[in-house]
Amino acid sequence: MTSMLASNPTIREARSFLRRHQSLSILISVGIIAALLPIVATVPPFSGFGNQRDFVGGFADAGVFVLLALGLNVVVGLAGLLDLGYAAFFAIGAYTFAYSASGYTGLDVPFWPMLLVGAFVAAMFGILLGAPTLRLRGDYLAIVTLGFGEIVPVVFLNASAFTNGTNGITGISQPNLYGLFGIHGFGFTNPWLYYFTVFGIIMLTTMILYRLQDSRIGRAWVAIREDELAAASMGINTVTTKLLAFAIGASTSGLAGVFYASKLATVTPDQFGFTVSFTALSMVVLGGMGNIWGVSVGAFVIYEIQSQGLKQLNNLVQTARLPTLHLGPVTIDWATINFLNYQYLLYGLALVLMMLLRPEGLFPSRRRREELHEVDIEPSEIEPSEIGPGALGGEP
Amino acid sequence: MTAATVSPSRSRQALGRWKLPIGVVIALVVAYALLYGGVIYQSHVLSIPTTAAKALDQAQQQMINALTIGAIYALIALGYTMVYGIIELINFAHGDVFMCGSFVSWWLLTTLGFSGAISNPVLLTVVLILAFAVSMVVMGVVGVVIERVAYRPLRNAPRLAPLITAIGVSFILQNIVFVVVSNSLINSPQILPNPIIRFGPISIREINLFVIVLAVALMIALQAFITRTRLGRAMRSTAIDREAAQLMGVDINTTIALTFFIGSALAGAAGVVQGLYFGITVFNIGFQAGLKAFTAAVLGGIGNTTGAALGGFVIGYLEVLSSVYGYGQWSEAAVFGTLVLVLVFRPTGILGQQTADRA
Repeated sequence: MTSMLASNPTIREARSFLRRHQSLSILISVGIIAALLPIVATVPPFSGFGNQRDFVGGFADAGVFVLLALGLNVVVGLAGLLDLGYAAFFAIGAYTFAYSASGYTGLDVPFWPMLLVGAFVAAMFGILLGAPTLRLRGDYLAIVTLGFGEIVPVVFLNASAFTNGTNGITGISQPNLYGLFGIHGFGFTNPWLYYFTVFGIIMLTTMILYRLQDSRIGRAWVAIREDELAAASMGINTVTTKLLAFAIGASTSGLAGVFYASKLATVTPDQFGFTVSFTALSMVVLGGMGNIWGVSVGAFVIYEIQSQGLKQLNNLVQTARLPTLHLGPVTIDWATINFLNYQYLLYGLALVLMMLLRPEGLFPSRRRREELHEVDIEPSEIEPSEIGPGALGGEP
Repeated sequence: MTAATVSPSRSRQALGRWKLPIGVVIALVVAYALLYGGVIYQSHVLSIPTTAAKALDQAQQQMINALTIGAIYALIALGYTMVYGIIELINFAHGDVFMCGSFVSWWLLTTLGFSGAISNPVLLTVVLILAFAVSMVVMGVVGVVIERVAYRPLRNAPRLAPLITAIGVSFILQNIVFVVVSNSLINSPQILPNPIIRFGPISIREINLFVIVLAVALMIALQAFITRTRLGRAMRSTAIDREAAQLMGVDINTTIALTFFIGSALAGAAGVVQGLYFGITVFNIGFQAGLKAFTAAVLGGIGNTTGAALGGFVIGYLEVLSSVYGYGQWSEAAVFGTLVLVLVFRPTGILGQQTADRA
């Protein structure tokens, strides 16, 4: 089947065209996905879980997590740095927008430029945190980011003179198109506008990240991930390169934060706890570290499982009226089990199992898979240009 | 050599011998003075009249408080530092082992039907020994199982992999307790009758004395084990050079498992203390406690058990100090700030010279 498709000259030409114009192919494929998702939501069994409108709103929220996973993928997947305080940059982005466009400060800066400002502010904080700590070994970075992720919500909570404490900042402005397509403020009732906005942001981010990944910087990230010493001796400035990965990851998180604050119209410190960082990490690991498509799909699937899947499982089990199980001293009454509580237990299990059994993730990047299963590489998968003299000569 | 050149070096040697005790005394005096200042400052802020004697007494209570909390952190920090010393892994699940230890002790004490102080000293001793023994053994075994299942298969994998499983194990432990036991604050029986004991000018509650003495005893026992026994020597040699130790006939897997057992057992002991001292526990206390204890381990010099103990007391003191000055809710920020400062300016920690290459 594949060979038949490949032998068809028009299809072959189209494929090579899309391969050469990567940004265009991203534009087309993200566009197709954006168009298909709301249609899928109206098809059984999904249509039984809620109306299309709710689904579209949920997809927009899922988009926020796709953005988070995309950014974290740069840090963890490409550069191989474990960032456990990723939610802090999300919080910084969200609060940046909350300060610049809400009744709390009385300002009303438009949403669109603030996307960039939020990303920039988060990146600055990423550099502030990374500059002193990225010189240290990787596991110290993990604990420092963990601490940072813990402290940022504490600061937003305790500096209540500036942040309104537990209650957070409310009444944050909506995006506004100022009459373009006849749309002014987005409002709260129409999820479609947010849905298309987040897809637009994802589309642009994906294009930029693909460009970065294939650039000199992207190759430097991968080189550092695989062997920092070798990368340094090849002339890569490891600290600057790692700092750049950290800043780009942080800026994507900040961008997501701005959108999130604007969609929810409220930010409170408890929205940005460690569980957000942990969820994003699970998404990246499950989707396949280093694979942009993999982590996006991973993020979307995990978000839908946690927001829809577990709820539906609850409903299903409760309506099925399963008999109560008596296993020795343990009694399992299905009706009282709330599967939503098992969410983080499942993530924890998934992280451990993935690392043990399939470290490249469910949708591995080609390079990662080849690195992790070096024996499996078939000669045909290696492009001729990569084979230098003596490459097939056995002993390295 | 003339006598003139010998005498200064001898006096320097003499100074070297006294450097540590003198340093400790100076540190204690400064710490005490800072607490005293804090008490006075707070009485000004809240405009409550106080006398010097009263303030001194309060400062003393806070000092004891700091030592007690520090002892708990020190016990947890020992596990971090031992595991890091031997396999260079930040065991993120360690804080949750501490949490599980507190739940094991809560379960045991409530199952045995205790809810408050036990006045019979014999019964109290038996129950205390039982609680510590059960919690330490159970958590030690849990630690060994975690190592076997989640870390050993990844010993030669890229560094990222065991770190990610460690985070995963941390969440598994936390959420098993969350789902199976309770999702809210639990009252743990405080079985010590807790009278005030007086030693001359110092008055101390029994529980504080018990916790401090117990922690110090466990630390001395650990130090003796590491430095004096064959297994301790195996642990030290594995930490320095795994391959060389293996060539010398050390069973690496057993030694690493033993390290996990001891570290987790100490965390289990800290868990029992948590229940006895604070009287409460909850499924997510391990996260914060773990972060603080790790900071303590880094502060003392990671891989160094004496340093971890010292770091634990320093962190406990910092926490109490910030609350004495009325900034209790910022104590985590203070601890985290300490961590970053130590990592930036002295990544080998206070006592970590010998592990300089580990930073």
